[in-house]
Amino acid sequence: MSSRAVVTGLGVVAPTGLGLADYWAATLAGRGAIGRVTRFDPSPYASRLAGEIHGFEAGEHLPGRLLPQTDRMTRLALVGADWAFADAGVVPSELPDYDVGVITASHSGGFEFGQNELRALWSKGGQYVSAYQSFAWFYAVNSGQISIRGGLRGPSSVVVSDQAGGLDAVAQARRQIRKGTSMVISGAVDASICPWGWVAQLTSGRLTTSDDPERAYLPFDDRASGHVPGEGGALLVLENAEHALERGAPQVYGEIAGHASTVDPRPGSDRAPTLQRAVELALADAGLAPDDIDVVFADAAAVPDLDRAEAEAITKVFGVRAVPVTAPKTMTGRLYSGAAPLDLAAAFLSMRDGVIPPTTGSTLSPDYDIDLVTGAPRPHAVRAALVLARGQGGFNSAMVVRSAHH
Amino acid sequence: MGGAHGRRVVITGVGVTAPGGHGTKGFWKLLTDGRTATRRISFFDPSPFRSQVAAEVDFDPELSGLTPQEIRRMDRAAQFAVVTAREAVADSGLEFAALAPHRTGVTIGSAVGATMGLDQEYRTVSDGGRLELVDQAYAVPHLYNYMVPSSFATEVAWAVGAEGPSTVVSTGCTSGLDAVGYAADVIREGSADVMIAGAADAPISPITVACFDAIKATTPRNDDPQHASRPFDNSRNGFVLGEGSAVFVLEELESARRRGARIYAEVAGFATRSNAFHMTGLRPDGKEMAEAIRVALDEARLAPQDIDYINAHGSGTKQNDRHETAAFKRSLGDHAYRTPVSSIKSMVGHSLGAIGSIEVAASVLAMAHDVVPPTANLHNPDPECDLDYVPLTAREWKTDAVLSVGSGFGGFQSAIVLASPDRAGAR
Repeated sequence: MSSRAVVTGLGVVAPTGLGLADYWAATLAGRGAIGRVTRFDPSPYASRLAGEIHGFEAGEHLPGRLLPQTDRMTRLALVGADWAFADAGVVPSELPDYDVGVITASHSGGFEFGQNELRALWSKGGQYVSAYQSFAWFYAVNSGQISIRGGLRGPSSVVVSDQAGGLDAVAQARRQIRKGTSMVISGAVDASICPWGWVAQLTSGRLTTSDDPERAYLPFDDRASGHVPGEGGALLVLENAEHALERGAPQVYGEIAGHASTVDPRPGSDRAPTLQRAVELALADAGLAPDDIDVVFADAAAVPDLDRAEAEAITKVFGVRAVPVTAPKTMTGRLYSGAAPLDLAAAFLSMRDGVIPPTTGSTLSPDYDIDLVTGAPRPHAVRAALVLARGQGGFNSAMVVRSAHH
Repeated sequence: MGGAHGRRVVITGVGVTAPGGHGTKGFWKLLTDGRTATRRISFFDPSPFRSQVAAEVDFDPELSGLTPQEIRRMDRAAQFAVVTAREAVADSGLEFAALAPHRTGVTIGSAVGATMGLDQEYRTVSDGGRLELVDQAYAVPHLYNYMVPSSFATEVAWAVGAEGPSTVVSTGCTSGLDAVGYAADVIREGSADVMIAGAADAPISPITVACFDAIKATTPRNDDPQHASRPFDNSRNGFVLGEGSAVFVLEELESARRRGARIYAEVAGFATRSNAFHMTGLRPDGKEMAEAIRVALDEARLAPQDIDYINAHGSGTKQNDRHETAAFKRSLGDHAYRTPVSSIKSMVGHSLGAIGSIEVAASVLAMAHDVVPPTANLHNPDPECDLDYVPLTAREWKTDAVLSVGSGFGGFQSAIVLASPDRAGAR
C-alpha cells in the first residue's frame, strides 16, 4: 500500500459551532464567539474574556456513566471523535483489530476535573478524592477514552508541546499510517476555563486584559495585546489513501503532505529563532515550493514580538505579501492544542469551497509585510495550505496539507 | 524497524535519577545488590492516607548542578529531566558544542507532569481549598510551566542546546517507553540525527497518593515499607509509588560508529497497542500486550527465542502481573518459560511515566554487564505467575537482546526490543 495519509473525516467542537457545518457557516459569516467568561465569575482577574462553547449538553451525546468520570474537554473530544468517524462513514469497531489508532495532543489535561479534586483534597481530605481522579485529569485521558469508546486497538500516543502539539499529534498519526496502520483518529480538544486553569494561564503573561470582545484578540494589529483563551478543537480521521479508496470513503478532504517541528534557542541566546526553518522543512517534506502554497493559517499569537517573528518568517519564505495569510482563530480564541487541528479542518474546507476565511477584528499593522485576509472571506482557489502552530517554550510546528486531486 | 536499508538508531548515553542511589552507577548497584529503596513517605505526613510508602529520590537540585533560577522555575520532575539529560550527554561523550542544534531533538515522557508543583500551588492559591476563585497573587510566576508539561522538553532542549523536533509524550505509565520509541522514529525518518529521549515524573504528592488510594491501586503494607513492593509474589497487594528519571542519547548508528561512540544497544523494535477495554482495568488474557510484543519483535526482525531477558512492567498489582505473564506466554510461547523475567519496581517503585525509561536503562545496563537484575521481595510466587522471575538475587546472564514492556491507565500496552546492533544487524 502507498503510505500517503489522507483525511476522510472531520469532527469539530468549537466555540463558533458544534459540528462541521455550523462551525464553517459561522466562520465564513465572521460570527465570533468571544465573550465574558460565564463558567465562573471572572471579575477578580485581570482577563475576563474567553471563547466558550455554549449549548453543549454532554448527556445528549454520551452515556450517563461516562459523565462522572470525564472532564469537559474529554466529553467534547469523545463527541468530536464520534462526529469525525460518522463524517468518514466508518464504524471503527467494524474494522479489523489493531487497524485503527488514536493519537491526540493535550495541553493541560482535564484541568477542571483536577481542580475539583484538589479542592476536595485540601478542603475536606484525601478520602473525598474521586475514584476517577487517577486518570480523568491526566494528559493521556482523551486518547484512552476515545480508544475505549470506539474499540480502537491500534497504535496510540499523546503528545504535549503546548499549542504546537496539535500538529505534532497529526504528524505522529501520519507516521503510524506510513508504518502500516490503516486509520488513525488524531487532533485535540482542550478546555481549561475554570478558576484554577485561568490563574495558571494568566501567569503565561500572554492573555489580553481587554473587555471588548470585538477588539480583544487582534493578531498582526498595532493594538495587539495578547490572546483570548478558548475551548474546543477538532478530531480528524487520517487514513491510508488506498484504504480510503478501496472502502469508498464519502470524501477525501486532502492529504497530510508535510510536517516539521523545531524549538527555539533559549531566551537571550544569540542564535536565531527557528520558525522559518520549520516552514522550509515542512515544504521540503511535502515536496512543494513556496509558490505552491495558496494560504497560510497563522499561529497568530497577538503578542507583538511573536506576531513580528511570525510575519517575518512568512515573508522570508514566501516573499512580501506573496501569499494570503489568515487566522480565523480570532473568532474562537486560542484553543491551545485544539487550535491547529481546527485550523487543519478550516484549511480543508477552504480547499473544498475555494474560499479563505477572514481574520476578524484585526487591521493589519503597517509593520508586517504579509497579505492578511481581514474583513470578509476571500474567494481563492486553494490546492495547498500551510498551517502554523507555536507553543510557549519556543515550540514551532508547521504542516502542509494539499488537495487529494493534485 | 528501519530494516536493512533504513537508518538504525542506537543508545549511546545513559543518565538515571532513581531512588536509592546516585546517578546511573548508584542505580545499577542498587539493582544488582537486590536492595529496595521503598520507605515511609517523608515528603509530607502520610498518616491520613491508606498507602503511606513510596520510593523517594534523595535529590539536592543545587548539588545536582541546577542554578537558583532553574530551581525556581522548574517543578521537581523537570529538574530530574534536566539533571538526568546532562548525565546522559556526558556519558555519551558528545560535546555539547559539537551537536548540530537543528539536527538534535528532545522527547521527554511524563505521565503526570508537574503534579507535585500543581498540588502545592493549588493548596496555596486556594488557601487550603477555601477559595473557589483562586488567587493569582499567591501563585509562582512559572505556574503556566507546571500546567503544561511540554516545559520539560523546553528545559531539556535549552540545557543541551537542541533546536530540532521536541515534545513531551504523555501516555500514562507507558510514557517512558513511548518517548524512546517516538524519538527513534524521528531519527529513522531523517528528521533528526540525535535525540535526547527519556522520561521524568515526580508524583509523590498528596493528590496522587489520594487518587490511587481511592481505587486501592497502591499497597497498604505500611508496616513494612522496605518489602512493600512485591511483584509476582502471592502476597502482593498493589504498587508502591516512585519517582525519578532516565534519559538517553539516541543516535543514528552510522554516525555513532563514525565518532567511535560506546553503543549500549540498538532500539530495534517498538510498538504500542490499546486494549480498548477499561481506563484502569486489564483483561487477564494479555492479548493486546502480546500483539505489541509481536509487532516490536517483527520490527526488530527477531524471533521470540532471540530474547535473552524480559524487563517486566511487574507493578505488583494482582491484575497486572497475571496480565503480563499471560502476554509473555502468548507472544513468546515456550520461550517465555526459559527466559529470565524481572521487575525492578520491586526495588525502585513505580514512577508512573518515568519508569518505562528507567526500565530501559536497566535493560541496556543488563546488556552492558551481562547481569540481569532480580525481582526483590519475591518469596512465594503467585501460582498463576509461573515464569522465572529471578527472585531476590541478580544473575549473571549473557544478554544481547531484551524485551521491556509497559502497561498504562488508558489501556496502553507498549513493548520495546533492545538488541546489540551486531546481533540485530546479522539478521
